[in-house]
Amino acid sequence: MQFDKPATTNPIDQLKVVGQPIHRIDGELKTTGRAMYAYEWHDANLPYVYGYPVGAAIAKGRITAMDVSAAKRAPGVLAVVTTLDVGRREKGKFNTVNLFGGDEIQHYHQAIAVVVAETFEQARAAAGLVKVEYAEERGAFDLREAMAGAAKPDDSQEPDTAVGNFEAAFKAAAVTLEQSYETPDQSHAMMEPHASLAAWNGEELTVWTSSQMIDWWRSDLATTLGVDKEKIHLMSPFIGGGFGGKLFLRSDAVLAAFGAKAASRPVKVALPRPFIMNNTTHRPATIQRIRIGAGRDGRITAIAHESWSGDQPGGQLETAASQTRLLYAGADRMTAMRLATLHLPEGNAMRAPGEAPGLMALEIAMDEMAEKLGMDPIEFRIVNDTQVDPEKPERPFSHRDLVGCLKLGADRFGWSGRERPGARREGNWMIGMGVAAAFRNNLVLPSGARVRLDSQGVVTVETDMTDIGTGSYTIIAQTAAEMMGIGMNKVAVHLGDSRFPVSAGSGGQFGANSSTSGVYAACVKLREAVAAKLGFNSADVVFENGEVRSGNRSVPLAEAAGADGLVGEDKIEWGDLTKTHQQSTFGAHFVEVGVDIATGESRIRRMLAVCAAGRILNPITARSQVIGAMTMGAGGALSEELAVDTRRGFFVNHDLAGYEVAVHADIPHQDVIFMDETDPMSSPMKAKGVGELGLCGVSAAIANAIYNASGVRVRHYPITLDKLIGGLPQLADMSDAYRSRA
Amino acid sequence: MRAFTYERASSVEAAANAASSNRQSKFIAGGTNLLDLMKLEIETPTHLIDVNGLGLDTIEPTAEGGLRIGALVRNTDLAAHETVRRDYGLLSRALVAGASGQLRNVATTAGNLLQRTRCPYFYDTNQPCNKRQPGSGCSAIGGFSRQHAVVGVSDACIATHPSDMAIAMRALDAVVETVKPDGSHHAIPIADFHRLPGETPHIETVLEQGELITAVVLPPPVGGRQIYRKVRDRASYAFAIVSVGAVIQLDGTGRVAVGGVAHKPWRVEGADAELSRGARSAASALFADARPTEQNRFKIDLVERTLGAVIAEARG
Repeated sequence: MQFDKPATTNPIDQLKVVGQPIHRIDGELKTTGRAMYAYEWHDANLPYVYGYPVGAAIAKGRITAMDVSAAKRAPGVLAVVTTLDVGRREKGKFNTVNLFGGDEIQHYHQAIAVVVAETFEQARAAAGLVKVEYAEERGAFDLREAMAGAAKPDDSQEPDTAVGNFEAAFKAAAVTLEQSYETPDQSHAMMEPHASLAAWNGEELTVWTSSQMIDWWRSDLATTLGVDKEKIHLMSPFIGGGFGGKLFLRSDAVLAAFGAKAASRPVKVALPRPFIMNNTTHRPATIQRIRIGAGRDGRITAIAHESWSGDQPGGQLETAASQTRLLYAGADRMTAMRLATLHLPEGNAMRAPGEAPGLMALEIAMDEMAEKLGMDPIEFRIVNDTQVDPEKPERPFSHRDLVGCLKLGADRFGWSGRERPGARREGNWMIGMGVAAAFRNNLVLPSGARVRLDSQGVVTVETDMTDIGTGSYTIIAQTAAEMMGIGMNKVAVHLGDSRFPVSAGSGGQFGANSSTSGVYAACVKLREAVAAKLGFNSADVVFENGEVRSGNRSVPLAEAAGADGLVGEDKIEWGDLTKTHQQSTFGAHFVEVGVDIATGESRIRRMLAVCAAGRILNPITARSQVIGAMTMGAGGALSEELAVDTRRGFFVNHDLAGYEVAVHADIPHQDVIFMDETDPMSSPMKAKGVGELGLCGVSAAIANAIYNASGVRVRHYPITLDKLIGGLPQLADMSDAYRSRA
Repeated sequence: MRAFTYERASSVEAAANAASSNRQSKFIAGGTNLLDLMKLEIETPTHLIDVNGLGLDTIEPTAEGGLRIGALVRNTDLAAHETVRRDYGLLSRALVAGASGQLRNVATTAGNLLQRTRCPYFYDTNQPCNKRQPGSGCSAIGGFSRQHAVVGVSDACIATHPSDMAIAMRALDAVVETVKPDGSHHAIPIADFHRLPGETPHIETVLEQGELITAVVLPPPVGGRQIYRKVRDRASYAFAIVSVGAVIQLDGTGRVAVGGVAHKPWRVEGADAELSRGARSAASALFADARPTEQNRFKIDLVERTLGAVIAEARG
C-alpha cells in the first residue's frame, strides 16, 4: 500500500479497540517469567554451551601477539576464537567500527576473542587466561581538544544550513543571547545486556538475539560472517530495552556465531555489563553554541545553532542542531555541525539522537533569552511558534500544536505559581519550576506484515517488527482486531522473526506508526480476500463482531476462512507527504525541583509532559513510553555521564554503580497528558511516534527549574552539585533554612 | 572468576586457623562485595571460608552499658534494632543510607567494615592500580578522580573507603573485636582499624592473615543529636560523594566523622574541638592537610557546607 494521500475515514476511526487503554498482551508472559529473552532461550534439544568475550585492554593500536594456550587448557574449554584467527572481516553496513576480526584495535573493549566452554563459569575463568600483547598508538580522546580540527561532514548529513543573513540580523537585534552548552557522552544502559544464542546446522545459522532491527542485523551478520543472508534465521521476540543500542548488529551475535562454528555446538554469549559502555555504542558528547537575536517584542529575528561532536573515522554527527531548523520562527537563521575524529568507542544513535542533546541546549537558551526579554518563557515560545517550515515557508507542518501543549500544561501544572529565581524556599529546599518545549520529527519507514485468518476465526499477525518494551505486540493486536472486527482474544501476534515480512523495526519513534500501518495494509488485503471469497463487494463490506456483513448477508469470519484459511500480506510504503508537509511531534515538559541550599543536590519533585503526537494508539503503553523517556531525561539532566579518561581513551565508569541512571527515589511523581488529535498526513493510523518525544526537552526543563530554584545557571550537563554550590548562598545564610526544617 | 574451594567453618577458632594456613583464602559472609570482585578477578582467592554459621549474629548489651554487635549481624537487622535506633541513631541512619534493601538484608557488620573501594580503576583489571596490583601505578591520579579522596592520600593511591556504616562507627568510637589464629582475642579501636594508603594501599586494615572479626562494640550511648547526612548525585543507591556523621550536644560540642573523602572514615580530634565554633572551623581542621585533585576540590567546600547544615539542624 502506497500512502501518498492524506488518510480519510477508515476502519481504524471506529476506535473500538485502537486508542483504548488495553494492558499489554505480553504482560503476563513477562511477569511470570515465560517471555524468553535471548540469553534465557532454553530448549532441551539445543545442547548449547557458553561463550565469554575478551575485550581489548587498550584504546588504539594493534595486537602483536595472542597466547591462548592457557585458556585452551582450562577446564571445560571447547574452543577459543581470536580476532587474529578470523582475520579482518567485511564490515556491516550499519557499523562504523569492526565488531570482531583483524589485528587493529579501534577502541577500548573492542572484542578480540571469545572463549567457549561447557559452563558460563568455565568460559569466564578461561577468558581471564588469554594473554595479549599490543603495540599501542596515540589516539584522540578529548572532544574539546579535537574541536579545532573538526571537519564538515558530507552533505548527506546536512552539516550547514542558512536562510537569509544571520550575522547581520543578529548584529541588528535589540536583544541578543550568545552561549555555549555541553552535553556528555551517554550510555543506553538498558536493563538487558546484548545477548545471542547461535546454532549452526551445516551452512545454516539460527540466532536468537536482542535486536531492534531484525533485517538490518540479518544483513550485517551475513556480511560480517561472509555467508548468504538467506542462510541466516534471526529471532528476537522479546527485548529488555534497547534505546538505540540494539539498532545495529553488535559483537555478541558475531562472537556467538564464530564460537558456535569453532565448538560445533550452539553457543550463548552475553556482553558483561562493563562491555555495554565501551564495547557497544553510545550517544556522543556535544559542545554547542547558540545565538538568538530578538526584537523587544520577543519575536526572534535571528537564530543560530552550532554543534561539535566526535566519532571514530567514518562515523557520523550527533545532529544536535537539526531541530533548530524547525522549532521556532525567525527570518534569518543558520545551523552548522562539525565532526571531530575521536578514538573513543563508536558513537551512534541513542533515543532521540540529535534532538535529545540539541534540546538540552536550545531549551536552556530559550529560557535565558526569555529572561533577557523580561518575558515568561512560555509566552516567549508561543510568540515564536511557526506553522510552517521556517526555512521553506511554503511547506506547512502537517499538524502542530506546540502552543496547545504549552498552554494546557501551564494550566495543569500551576505555572502561574512560579516565582523569580531563588525566591521560593521550603526549609532547606530552594524550589523552582522549569519548562521546555518537546520536539521530535515523525519518521516513517516501510513496514510489511502478513495476517492469517483461520477456521477458528483467529487472526494471526506475522511481522519482523520488534517489541523493545514499547508495546508493539499490543498495538499491533489492536490494529488487527479493529480492522477485522474481532476482539483482542481472537488475535495472535508473532514478532521478531526473520521468516516474517520485513517491518520498520523499532527506532527513531517510527516503530508504532509504521508497523501498525503495515498491519493495516495487510488487513486491507485480508478483508479483500474475505470479501472476494464470499462474493461480497469489498467497498461496502462491514467487519464487526466476528462477522463479515454485506447488505443483509452476514457470515462468521471463521466460516469465511474455511478449512484452508485466508492470508493477506502487504507493506506500507510512503509517498511524498513527508516532503510536502513537515511531520513532527510536539510537547511541553514541566518540572518542579528542589535544590538543597547547603549541598546543591537537585531533586525532582514532580514532572508533567503534555504531548501532541497524533492519534494515541494505546494510552497505557504510550504513557509508559513517555514516563520512561522522562525518567531517562532526569538521569541525563542530573547524573548520567560517561566519564572519559582522556589519557587512556575509554569510558571509566563502565558499570551501573558508576554510571548513575535515575532510580525510583529520583522520580516521585509524573503526569502525562496526550492532546486529543489525529494527523491524517502521517499514516492511515493517523498516529505519530511518541517514544522519543518524551525525552526531548525534559532535561532542559529540569535545568531551567534548577535555575529558577537556585538562581544558578548551569550549561554543562549533567547538573551535578559541584557545578552549583559555588553559586549557592553562603554558609552563614543557611542556618535559618535548616532550623526551620527541624 | 577463578575456581575456588569452599568450606563452612565450624567455630571461630577453626575459621581463623583455616585462613592462616592458606594465604590465598578469604572469609566470606554476606558476599555482597567479595563475589562481585571475584567475578571481575579483582579478588582471586583459591579458598573461601564461610563464617555465616558461627552464631556471630546477636546484638547484646555490654557490662559497660554499651552494645556488642556480632560480626554477622545483617545491616538491615542492625539498623532496625530497637536499642540502636534509640541510643545510636547515627548508626541506624548511616546504615539505611547505604546500598539497597536487598543488599542490606545480606550485608554484615564485619563485611561492611571490610568492603573495598569503588574506585573505577580498581574495578578495571586492564588499568594500573597499586591497590589491586602493588607497584603497577595509580590510574586515578591524573584521571577521572571526582569521587576520590582529598585528604590522607598518597602518591600511590587516592581511593576512598565507601562505607556509610563505618562513618557512624568511627564517630561513635566503636571497637572491633577479633580472634587471631592462635586463639588470642583482640580489641582494635576503629580509629586504628583502617589504614591510610601510604606506599601500601593494598593493605587496608590492621588485620593479620587469618584474623577474624567477631564483633563490633559500641561504648555507652553519648546522647546528643545524631545526624548522618549523605550527599550524592541521585537520591538512592549511590555511594556518597561526601557524608557527614555527627553527634552534636546541646552545648554545641560534639564529634564528627566524614565519609567519601579519605581511605578511611575521616575524623580529626582537632575538628571535634572546633565544632562548637562552627562548620568552617571544624572543616578547616578536618582538611588541614588536604591534597585534592582539580576534579574533587569541591568536596572540601561541600563538607563544610554539609556540616554547616548538620550543625544548624542539630541546634534547630
